[in-house]
Amino acid sequence: MDFRVHKRLLTRDGGIMEHNTANHSRIPWTQIIGFVLSIALTFLAVWFGLYAGLAYNVMVALVFVLAFIQAAIQLFMFMHVTEGEGRWQVGKMMSAAFIALVIVLGSIWVLNNMH
Amino acid sequence: MAHSTNVDPNTPLEYQSEIGKLNIFGFWVFLGAEVALFATIFATFFVLESGTVGGPLPSEVFDLKNTIIMTLLLLISSFTSGLSINELRRRNVKGMMVWLVITLLFGAGFLYMEITEFLHLIHEGAAMGTNAYWSSFYLLTGTHGLHVSLGMLWIILVMFQVKRQGLNPDTAKKLFVSSLYWHFLDFVWIFVFTSVYLLGMVG
Repeated sequence: MDFRVHKRLLTRDGGIMEHNTANHSRIPWTQIIGFVLSIALTFLAVWFGLYAGLAYNVMVALVFVLAFIQAAIQLFMFMHVTEGEGRWQVGKMMSAAFIALVIVLGSIWVLNNMH
Repeated sequence: MAHSTNVDPNTPLEYQSEIGKLNIFGFWVFLGAEVALFATIFATFFVLESGTVGGPLPSEVFDLKNTIIMTLLLLISSFTSGLSINELRRRNVKGMMVWLVITLLFGAGFLYMEITEFLHLIHEGAAMGTNAYWSSFYLLTGTHGLHVSLGMLWIILVMFQVKRQGLNPDTAKKLFVSSLYWHFLDFVWIFVFTSVYLLGMVG
């Protein structure tokens, strides 16, 4: 018992887990909410893209905002990115997002200035 | 394998061994590299998007219903993969296996739809060598589809191992990491759906 109390203090400082991995209830609400939100975001993107009649640039910006929200749902609600080495994992994904944005937006920008 | 006795029993199995913890963290680093891989392919696609000479336009050949079915199949499989991990954490092997089989079936459904779509596109005159747009389209969707195939194979192999060895920190880690990979396939698909299919249909 003493040991358990001691360990709990240790992990709180060491940031290992304990508090953030207790997601194993009978009904996995996190996954269900993430799933419903993902479906809603998908159909919302279709509506913005094909039926809402928005200006092209506004529509493109909106559907990509929705895509990034849905990607975040995968990371946080399905993939448990905050578990284990949570801070490092979230940091790794943020640096990956930075790399992706520089590669994609940078390439588009450079090639659009070519002509 | 270090399965020490001083681990809190509430800690999920996959995090109970040191190697398990390190492998899971290492897999996130691998996923970071995968993001960079797909980013370069997306960059190629966006840059060559206007190279549609000599072939059908995407807005002429993409089908909304087909695209939504593919998207939902992969999204549902990602959800059921998450449910399998929930059962893993409840130490319910049977429930976990059932969700994994369902995940594989939806994954196979997605692949079937994708291959049928490729055949349809080729029939419509949009083949790999038609023009820059279609080459980059096949490079992007093909690389993603290859990942889906590998993910299915991986999940099947891990399931066989669980059948033989049962649940232990090692097999639990493999189940968890393969589920991360599977979720990541839907993560990438969100962007394929948005930038290739949705914006392609807008024209």
